[in-house]
Amino acid sequence: MAHPLDRPLTLGVALDGAGGGFTAADHVRAVRLAEDAGLDFAALGDSLTGVSRPDALLTLAAVAPHTRRIGLVPTVTVTHTEPFHVSKAVASLDFASRGRAGWWVEVSRTGSDARAVGRRPTAPGEELWAEATAVADVVSRLWDSWEDGAEIRDTATGRFVDRDRLHYVDFEGPGWSVRGPSITPRPPQGRPPVVVRAEDDHALATAAVAADVVVVTSGTLGAVRERCLRVREEVAAAGRDRDGVFVLAEVRAHLARGGPGPDRAGAGLVHTGSPGALAEALLEWGRVVDGFVVGFGSTDEDLPLFTERTVPLLRESGVLREGDGPRTLRDRLGLARPDSRYGAG
Amino acid sequence: MSGSDGIRQVRLVAHFPGVNNTTVWSDPRSRSQIDFSSFEELARTAERGRFDYFFLAEGLRLREHQGRIHDLDVVGRPDTLTVLAALSAVTANLGLAGTLSTTYNEPYELSRQLATLDHLSGGRAAWNAVTSSDAFTGENFRRGGYLDHTDRYERAASFVRAVRAFWDAAGTGRAAVHRDRFFDIEAVPTLPRSPQGRPVVIQAGDSPQGRDFAAAGADVVFSRHGGFEAGRAFYDDVHRRLAAHGRGDDELLILPGVTYVLGDTPAEAEERARAIRYQQVSGATAIRFVEQVWGRDLSEYDPEGPLPDVEPDLERVLTQGTAAARSTDRAALVERWRARAASEKLGIRDLVVEESARQTFVGTPEAVAGEIVRHVAERASDGFVLVPHLTPGGLDDFVDRVVPLLQERGALRADYTPGATLRENLGLAPRP
Ligand SMILES: Cc1cc2nc3c(=O)[nH]c(=O)nc-3n(C[C@H](O)[C@H](O)[C@H](O)COP(=O)(O)O)c2cc1C
Repeated sequence: MAHPLDRPLTLGVALDGAGGGFTAADHVRAVRLAEDAGLDFAALGDSLTGVSRPDALLTLAAVAPHTRRIGLVPTVTVTHTEPFHVSKAVASLDFASRGRAGWWVEVSRTGSDARAVGRRPTAPGEELWAEATAVADVVSRLWDSWEDGAEIRDTATGRFVDRDRLHYVDFEGPGWSVRGPSITPRPPQGRPPVVVRAEDDHALATAAVAADVVVVTSGTLGAVRERCLRVREEVAAAGRDRDGVFVLAEVRAHLARGGPGPDRAGAGLVHTGSPGALAEALLEWGRVVDGFVVGFGSTDEDLPLFTERTVPLLRESGVLREGDGPRTLRDRLGLARPDSRYGAG
Repeated sequence: MSGSDGIRQVRLVAHFPGVNNTTVWSDPRSRSQIDFSSFEELARTAERGRFDYFFLAEGLRLREHQGRIHDLDVVGRPDTLTVLAALSAVTANLGLAGTLSTTYNEPYELSRQLATLDHLSGGRAAWNAVTSSDAFTGENFRRGGYLDHTDRYERAASFVRAVRAFWDAAGTGRAAVHRDRFFDIEAVPTLPRSPQGRPVVIQAGDSPQGRDFAAAGADVVFSRHGGFEAGRAFYDDVHRRLAAHGRGDDELLILPGVTYVLGDTPAEAEERARAIRYQQVSGATAIRFVEQVWGRDLSEYDPEGPLPDVEPDLERVLTQGTAAARSTDRAALVERWRARAASEKLGIRDLVVEESARQTFVGTPEAVAGEIVRHVAERASDGFVLVPHLTPGGLDDFVDRVVPLLQERGALRADYTPGATLRENLGLAPRP
């Protein structure tokens, strides 16, 4: 089949619930399936309470030494957490994976999360996402707070770092501030890619200013197309290049067994059927988006079907990225590595 | 805690080189303090040496001197938990201990992160609960420097109780509820019970409150008292407190932080130790040390020349982000340094080398192994936290040359018990 698209599809998998186990080996197995199939990234969801799942960032950190090419994108929530910790944790995942970390930004909405942490009550979505925008900003500033090359190891003067290349960020958020600099040097990618799921207009507002990858969650192809246009308009309105972000559609695939019946709103595009038919559907849908984040009805059963049967068909069609040398996630996505905003040059 | 022939077992901990002048970065063998490969290499060395655990310190703000970022020492550290999680995938038996503040974390989130680490590692997680309370560090956090110094251990004790309540409720489907003047929190933990149930809790504070905090509920104390006499005194003091809390002698391990230097002969070891001390104290570092004590800018002084004749400004604290800056009696120190410099005719750098950077164990592998066994046998400690001066190869010679001697004497395991948790490896009673 001829290449139907003008740029390769970006393809990630959402691995929530993979393996059913909690040891490192359980997660390594699932992510390796995705890596061996040549996928761009594996995302792992997180929430403080409610669903039984481990801390996503720590789990993907354990996967990092046993993978070489695939992007590792944990959800890290911002509502009840400290921006300073979030920044150095994602930076450290980037070090552990040698440049393959991403950050999927989420807010905490539930009363159970609020009661577990006890620092503040729940808040409306608008307020939570406005704060998320501020957190994404300060996290990125903290990544930049060490310029590249700040570590000089100059034996002549006895100086390990050039402190003129370490910067206070002095960030004022809504009701809080962060002084900086980070305790962690600038990560390999400079700024690990930021993912935001634009599930409503408040989240979209954060995505428009902060995201490198925007995930849209509409349930029909027409709605996805409209939403994509809307994302690009908002990105342009925020003063950024409208085509500089990746817009991915969320897909839920039920390959091994039947789907859940009539679908709930906001669950993304749903495919129930064979792995081959999913390849056909993705090729069709791929005309309106830059790629997909595919989640599964049953990760244990569906992921192997996806990687062994759907992905090879896509690859034959020439829509996936070729080449599998070790690369950073930014390289993979074709995003240039940014200089620190605090640099002189 | 005894081997088959009754000799007390030595507990060993590998401390990743710290952010201070103990760590030598000017040596050609010194590699990255931040690349994951350095953490992996030291952890693998420790596991080869049958150590109990790997240890990461933490400092949540870059240190400053005269209002500017301190630039003479190694600086730049990772997120503690992230590195330990990654290490869980490249080690099989080694415990993974992280220093995490009770002031700039929240109990539920930390309990879940440590439970995740315990699951990922098959029961090898440990937490050094430290009680930072300076407003300087607080500037990096939403909360700011909200905690009074006198409250730090009360909040810490409450924090640890809350974390353990969440761990204990894991898998029961019940909510853990924790309410007092510091917290009003409740949650149904979502992870199943982790292999250790309660990951190992370490304490590293030296004040009477710190010692009581350890005696009341810690599993391990990371102490400053590596010398034999000081170690004995500390050991006895903490064990008295332990008994007062109704806990048994084998419920708390005391592991001082120590440094070491080996040589083929005692003279060679002494010579190497001295050379390392000069690497640790460059001329610029010597001036900074004296500035800290004097509370004055002394950048015009020659490090090879005599101590400053100006009087110290004891009101001024030039350094922020270190515990030592607050706690020393500087007037007494100035007097002692002047006396010593005069009588031994020492320049600034020579004096600082003599005063600040002596290694704990210096000698042949046989002598160092013998000292270690003696300290443990005579209850000056239960083992040691070894702080190497080089990243990441700083424990290579210890593992190659001292470990086999400890094993020959029956003081260190020849191999790990397959599948044992850290708690089991340390010989600590399982927690309910
Ligand atoms: C051997 C040792 C190591 C320590 N390591 C750390 C550390 O890595 N990070 C930290 O924030 N505090 C560290 N501390 C500080 C203590 O946990 C504690 O907060 C501090 O000593 C003040 O408590 P105190 O007044 O009881 O000594 C350490 C203390 C000791 C004795």
